[in-house]
Amino acid sequence: MPNMIQERRIILEHLDRAGYTPDLGCYRRHGGYATFERCLALEPAATPEGQTLSGPEQIRLEVRRSGLRGRGGAGFPCGVKWSFVNLDSDRPIYLICNADESEPGTFKDRQIIHKDPHQLIEGILIAAYANRVHQAFIYIRGEFIEGARILDRALDEARGAGLLGRDILGRGYDLEICVHRGAGAYICGEETGLIESLEGRRPYPRIKPPYYPAVLGLYQCPTIVNNVETLCAVKHVAAMGGNEYAKLGVPGDPGTRIVCVSGQVRRPGYFEIEIGKATLGQLIHDLAGGLHPGRSLKAVIPGGSSAKVLRAGEKYKLKFARPDGKEIEREAALLDLPYDSASLAAAGSMCGSGAIVVLDDSASAVEALANIAEFYAHESCGQCTPCREGSLWMHKILQRILRRQGRPADVDNLERIAHNIPGGRTVCAFGEACSWPVQSFVAKFGDEFRQMTAPPP
Amino acid sequence: MSTPPPSEPALPATVAVTIDGRRIDVPRTMPHPVTGAPAPTTMMQACELAGVRVPHYCYHPKLPVAGNCRMCLVEYGTPALGPDRKPLSNPDGTPKIRKAPNPVIACATPISPGIEIYTQTPGVKAAREAVLEFLLANHPLDCPICDQAGECQLQQYALEYGHAQSRFDEAKVHKPKQVDLGPRIMLDDERCILCSRCIRFTRDIVGDDALGFVRRGSHTALTHYPGRPFDNNYTLNTVDLCPVGALTSKDFRFRMRVWFLGETPSICPSCGTGCNMVIGARENVIYRLTPRSNDAVNQCWMCDAGRLNYSWIGRADRLAEVQVPGPAGSARKSGWKAALEALAARLGAAPRGSVALIASARLANEELFLLARIARALEALTDSIPRAGEGDRLLVHPDRNPNTRGAQLLGIAADPPGARLPAIAGAIREGRILTLLVFGEDVTRHGIGLDELDRLDLLVASDVLPNATTGRAHFLLPGAAFAEKSGTFTSARGRVQRFAPAVQPPGSARAEREFLRELASALTGEAFPDHASGLFDQMAREFAAFRGLTWAGLGAQGVALPANPP
Repeated sequence: MPNMIQERRIILEHLDRAGYTPDLGCYRRHGGYATFERCLALEPAATPEGQTLSGPEQIRLEVRRSGLRGRGGAGFPCGVKWSFVNLDSDRPIYLICNADESEPGTFKDRQIIHKDPHQLIEGILIAAYANRVHQAFIYIRGEFIEGARILDRALDEARGAGLLGRDILGRGYDLEICVHRGAGAYICGEETGLIESLEGRRPYPRIKPPYYPAVLGLYQCPTIVNNVETLCAVKHVAAMGGNEYAKLGVPGDPGTRIVCVSGQVRRPGYFEIEIGKATLGQLIHDLAGGLHPGRSLKAVIPGGSSAKVLRAGEKYKLKFARPDGKEIEREAALLDLPYDSASLAAAGSMCGSGAIVVLDDSASAVEALANIAEFYAHESCGQCTPCREGSLWMHKILQRILRRQGRPADVDNLERIAHNIPGGRTVCAFGEACSWPVQSFVAKFGDEFRQMTAPPP
Repeated sequence: MSTPPPSEPALPATVAVTIDGRRIDVPRTMPHPVTGAPAPTTMMQACELAGVRVPHYCYHPKLPVAGNCRMCLVEYGTPALGPDRKPLSNPDGTPKIRKAPNPVIACATPISPGIEIYTQTPGVKAAREAVLEFLLANHPLDCPICDQAGECQLQQYALEYGHAQSRFDEAKVHKPKQVDLGPRIMLDDERCILCSRCIRFTRDIVGDDALGFVRRGSHTALTHYPGRPFDNNYTLNTVDLCPVGALTSKDFRFRMRVWFLGETPSICPSCGTGCNMVIGARENVIYRLTPRSNDAVNQCWMCDAGRLNYSWIGRADRLAEVQVPGPAGSARKSGWKAALEALAARLGAAPRGSVALIASARLANEELFLLARIARALEALTDSIPRAGEGDRLLVHPDRNPNTRGAQLLGIAADPPGARLPAIAGAIREGRILTLLVFGEDVTRHGIGLDELDRLDLLVASDVLPNATTGRAHFLLPGAAFAEKSGTFTSARGRVQRFAPAVQPPGSARAEREFLRELASALTGEAFPDHASGLFDQMAREFAAFRGLTWAGLGAQGVALPANPP
């Protein structure tokens, strides 16, 4: 089949290969830590503008050039995030690797942690060196007990090899990395909630302003919080150079990303693709084995459970740049949507954490939404009013509908509640996360909801 | 030619903002409520300065910002900038404003130059209605039995922004009720709206990290540290801070509906700090003392000990009858007029130098002023009783008398107070002092025992409650508690503050000022004003320490003594 899409494995290059083990020796045999060693050895270099850039400055420049977007869910450009940190601060700068992978449908970071922990450590080393960080943390989801053990073991190995601690590789750079296990809450993955948790408190997300992590982060010091996959990508940006990395993927969303396909497909799994070079259809059919026999597609949640659902049969208007620079608009069906942030945004949803959940025609939209709403009601931290009360309210309405006690007013109420939670009304983006699924399911599958809430004939 | 070194252009101290169409200059920074360090002025503070009320629950001007209730959402716009980063103008020359897409919380969002804040738009009202609907979703509808009813912010805003009909059709979340948080506080977790004011107060103001939230989402509940009751000297402030009826005072709960309470401004008499407070009373019964805001003294806090120090006022054994010497050493009831005439005659006949006067530093300045004039006429030796305790870093002063400073400035109390008590006791024993006047103290507990009292020719005692001294008095003049009279106290830090009567003294008891005025007139031949205001003004003319002060000028917040800037 000529059009069969292939994975483009960069971060996952060695993972799952026979004989590839998560120990330091294996990682080194596959070229591990060479990029970090090169970064550490970078000499000051002159730019065409006559500036002299130190080694760390060169790394930061490459990351900025690469256009790498964060892979945790928000998709914020990594280089821009780093640039918010005042490197001349007299306070310590902290780097936190967000390994609190909790978005339903997302299971990519744990693959890296379990199968290639040294790649993550190398990414952290490079990011830390580039940003004058001497203490980094890996905040790992509480349920990832084995992952935490693997990371601790890998850190011990790295420490034993002189890759961590004081005067790393004799180059005068110090870094410690500490694994911290979360206490088992989805909100710990929100970066300021994570910081609160790391400080030993309830993971209540902080109000912004003033508590932007880059300014007033961990212990009120400048702090960078990056996702596991993002930090691994940083390693490859450093290895390839920013411009080269940016040639992968599409402008505005460069590189590769690991996509997790789950739900009603034959071969659920994680696949690393070049961003924008595979469509949802190719991801579902070529990589995830397609739907079960005799089933047809109903809907796709394209970016983790908080992303707005896309319904089969929908058409979206996408904008493309022609080679001559002019923009043209093209209509695309759901399965023809390229998997990149601009295309998903044009379709009214997002890539989020890269988790694609597929629903076939056997699934009930009401049941699917009730499942998602139950999760968010359970995970709302309870700090701010709209999310705390709204998420549970929506959950209770949906459960009542499932018990066949729905009322016609429920559909309007769900819409109104989901409208009243997000849009700057909550402390953090959980408000959006819990209401977008409700908004989109009710809007797109209104017939099913009305049918379930109709008065008995 | 040398140019001066470039200096940082100083930022202007004020920022021009527009609130609901009205322009106002507000300070660029304001002191942080806890650290006092300058912090960027927030939209909420700017609105307060502009007199624009933004509804809120978790925000409190004296606490660190939490930003969790979301009731203070406002919309805003900032000056639009062109590609050259220069502000754009409308055709009419006014600055072009770019409205922000999302509302923000006024309590935490700093202002910026030229910002426009909108607090009354349909979007803002809709946001408030939505927040209120969420807050009420799981809130019990038990206002008829809730102590907060009548002063509840949830009720207040429900009236302004709520719907008469609830759209919440589900089972409410159930949480612990009647939680015994500590010796003075009860908690109803179902009423709690999780604003965290109490947590922040006790952690950040008191320094006792005693309260916190447990569980998650809508099941979140306030609780105290496991195994440790919520028990510091400031716990009752959380009852005031609680915007709803979650935290209630064991002392006050279920005793009186707040709308029946008369409110009288007063000063706490329990120590030298002079916390400003309100006496809540109905039908001559005091039900509670609550703090009254005064940034120069107590912010808006009060200690628990001070707050609960009122039940003695309503005691059944209050002194309520005037007594004069009867036949053969007995005492008999008397009217005030006859008693004061007889007493003036006895005192007038007492040899000069044979009189001592001990007056409590719990008496008002005006009373001490009259006593000072009486003492001068009788050439009496005077002093007060010291009353020392342990102070703290927040409000409690080690001097447990509210007016030691006044007693000293008016020449009654020695320095230190009580220094002359041994001399007075000695003079009684030696028979040099034959007449002793005691106002508001039991001297038998302070070095002048029953033996000494028995040696006196004349013992005059005035008090509100019976004690060993009043029991021996030849003349007994029933006085009034602080809550039953007007007057002023001079705090330990030299602030002169007014208090007003909330209830009537029992029986024949009268404000000391009233009968001391008659006694002083009889002994000095002078006339004294019959109100506390006139007495205060006369005192301020006669005593240098109070010079320049007037009763009217003290206002509700008091004034620092001229020699003691605050």
